[in-house]
Amino acid sequence: MTLKLTNVAKTFPDGTRALMPVDLDIKQGEIVSLLGPSGCGKTTLLRIIAGLETTDAGGKIRFDDEDVTSLSVVQRKVGMVFQSYALFPNMSVRRNIGYGLKMQKLPKSEIDARVDEVIALCRLEPYADRPINALSGGQRQRVALARAFAPRPRILLLDEPLSALDAALRGQLRDELAVLLRTFGITAIFVTHDQTEAMAIADRVAVMSHGQVAQIGTPEALYRAPASPFVARFVGDAMPLKGRMGSGALHLDGGTLPLEGGAEGGSAYVRAEDVRLDEDGPLRGRIEAVTFLGTHYRVVLSGVTPEPVVALHVGASAPKLGQTVGLSIAPGAILSFAHETESA
Amino acid sequence: MSSRTFVPLCFLPLAIFTIAFLALPLVRLILASGEGEAGWAIYLEILQKPRYLSTLIQTVVISVAVTIAALAISTTAGLFLVRNRFRGRGTLLSILTLPLAFPGVVVGFMIILLGGRQGLINQITPGHVVFAYSAFGLFLGYLYFSIPRVLLTVMAAAEKIDPALEEAALTLGASPYRIVRDVLLPALMPAMIAAGAIAFATAMGAFGTAFTLATNIDVLPMVIYTEFTLSANIAMASALSVILGLVTWAMLLIARSFAGGVVAAGG
Amino acid sequence: MLKSPAKILQLAVTLLACAFLLVPTLQSVLAGVTVNYFQGVKSGLTLKWIGEVWTLYSASIFLSIWLALCCLISTLIIGVPAAYALARNPGRLSRILEEFISLPLAIPGLALALALLQVYGSVQGFRAHWSFILVGHVLYTLPFMVRSVLSVMAAIDLKTLEEGAASLGAPAWRRFTDIAVPNAMPGVLAGSLTVVTLSIGEFNLTWMLHTPFLKTLPVGLADSYASMRLEIASAYTLVFFVMIVPLLMAMQWASARAQRTLT
Repeated sequence: MTLKLTNVAKTFPDGTRALMPVDLDIKQGEIVSLLGPSGCGKTTLLRIIAGLETTDAGGKIRFDDEDVTSLSVVQRKVGMVFQSYALFPNMSVRRNIGYGLKMQKLPKSEIDARVDEVIALCRLEPYADRPINALSGGQRQRVALARAFAPRPRILLLDEPLSALDAALRGQLRDELAVLLRTFGITAIFVTHDQTEAMAIADRVAVMSHGQVAQIGTPEALYRAPASPFVARFVGDAMPLKGRMGSGALHLDGGTLPLEGGAEGGSAYVRAEDVRLDEDGPLRGRIEAVTFLGTHYRVVLSGVTPEPVVALHVGASAPKLGQTVGLSIAPGAILSFAHETESA
Repeated sequence: MSSRTFVPLCFLPLAIFTIAFLALPLVRLILASGEGEAGWAIYLEILQKPRYLSTLIQTVVISVAVTIAALAISTTAGLFLVRNRFRGRGTLLSILTLPLAFPGVVVGFMIILLGGRQGLINQITPGHVVFAYSAFGLFLGYLYFSIPRVLLTVMAAAEKIDPALEEAALTLGASPYRIVRDVLLPALMPAMIAAGAIAFATAMGAFGTAFTLATNIDVLPMVIYTEFTLSANIAMASALSVILGLVTWAMLLIARSFAGGVVAAGG
Repeated sequence: MLKSPAKILQLAVTLLACAFLLVPTLQSVLAGVTVNYFQGVKSGLTLKWIGEVWTLYSASIFLSIWLALCCLISTLIIGVPAAYALARNPGRLSRILEEFISLPLAIPGLALALALLQVYGSVQGFRAHWSFILVGHVLYTLPFMVRSVLSVMAAIDLKTLEEGAASLGAPAWRRFTDIAVPNAMPGVLAGSLTVVTLSIGEFNLTWMLHTPFLKTLPVGLADSYASMRLEIASAYTLVFFVMIVPLLMAMQWASARAQRTLT
């Protein structure tokens, strides 16, 4: 199914504007992530697509060629995975998964066959007849996914599907989820505040901030060519290089960097992995803290910009604390923006 | 049917029942109180006629006495049962909550068995000791059904007190007496106010116990009953009911603002 | 355990309170099966009094059971949907409504009965019918049902569960029957046991509403206390205890269980 949003916005009864008018096109089978900090409107947008919230007047939601704007969630035939999973505690795994099919009034044999199929697909066979409260977090997540998928929804909507899990499990299930969603071959939108999650699962990521879509693109495009300082910071944790930008050069407390392009009054960002400890580098900084992270050292440096700068250092031994060292940044690694503002 | 129509529909049985059997009768009761010879001045009359005023005062005095006694006994017992685990604790707790389901008439009978003419006390003491039909008997009856209600409220609150508070006071050198005074009682205060209000309201409105003991002590519910059945003074019975209802309702509002739960009134 | 005089005093108060509550209960049990209470147990034990209670009062016992069951059904029909609607609209208006239906907890039964009598006392077919007493019982027990169910419904994340069901295509009434009610079962059970226990023991309203041909168990108790010999009154009380104590224990167990689902 393709999804087309035009001019979808949300103003709550108390006057807060949770969502500025948004346009969005999603292709058949595409997996799109809505990524942003809490309060950016991503969940509201998802809930409007599901039919759990209504769009402000003027908004249009189309599933393929059908205008579903005025349809309620009951009629919209979407599959939804909730942040808390919303599994029915009074039903077994099997009955949870079959509930949507039962609502479609399918014959029992057909429901059973379909439930078995989805249970196998999600590798839930050993748990099929267990009550929900006997399941682990990861199993619940799979049941929630299976339940949403079983009635063959037109689109799958996932609201922070991994956030209820502990960190160790989250990484493993993230990869599982990416595989499952592609096995399903279904159009899917999932909301997350975790950039790694978004990049691992989605074909395209829509970065949201303050009720607006700041940028939408493939993970690579967002990472390599962020459209705004906000996207640069949110995707890949870029650090601001606060200083004076002139044509062809960036003047910092710790030295001057050559710059491709760049303009008076603009801003520059860099990621820690692009900052190198390099005795011949154009910048100088003092080592304030060193953390050993196995594959590399995380080095915090002062004196480069007003705020500390972080460099990732690969080497056999730890850089010495308190030492003043040289730094270099490849000109291509600097993300420069014409305007100074932080937000989108 | 969407939930916008279904959810209000869920209120429908309640609305019909409540309007017909609660709202309407209450309005009628209030109106009836003003339909006597005295009109609305009947409320003034209650305060002026010694018979009604003394009834009001007696009811309040007995209820206050019961409230204080029940608070003292139930808080002592409740704290003891929360702080100590021992064999038989469960049994004691069951005994102390048993009268919760006793109607007032049964409680009255219990007092007759204790202090009536054939009562235990009269049998085991020399001389003629019969107190069931006196003000003291009424007091004991009210105490009988108040102890469990106060106990449950106080124990629920005592169980929620963080034991670390007491331990902190201990490490700061507080004596057991100071711990009770400075830590436990302040923490229990809201529950005690709530429980006290419930006990007071229940005692004010208790009818069954007074009815069974058939005392010569005029308490408000008995006077309402006799005004209605014997004197057929419907306006006075209604007016006294309105006053009684307002007092007990106000008391339970206080109770609720200090502690969420509800313990069944009646007795 | 008894380290200090304070502890001993606390224990003494607790035991005294227990004795105060338990001794007359045991007396009545004993008196109910003693041949002659005035002479004491040495006069022998007998079930004669229980038998007399049965011939005199079995109708009132059955009426009470019948009323309790009807009361349960009524409070379920009225109270469970109402609790659900209150849980779905947790606003100021709901608080006021909840407060209003809780009035029968606060207003003494006598006053409520007076109010009911003044509106419906002259409706002959209704006044003399058992359903008139039933109305009083439902009025008094309904708040317990509503609150018990509401507290569980407010504790489970009903809104999200319902959104889940709605996204699977369940219409509003199915969300009520499939999701809301089954998950509020601990509250429904605790509420039901409370309703039955209170209905069987209700006296204050019933005394005013009953007619000579419609005596409930507690009305019969009052009657026996006033006009029967102590042994029969005791035996009747014993019968009442046998009915009410298991109910009370079940009610306390169910309430504790419902409380656990809240945490």
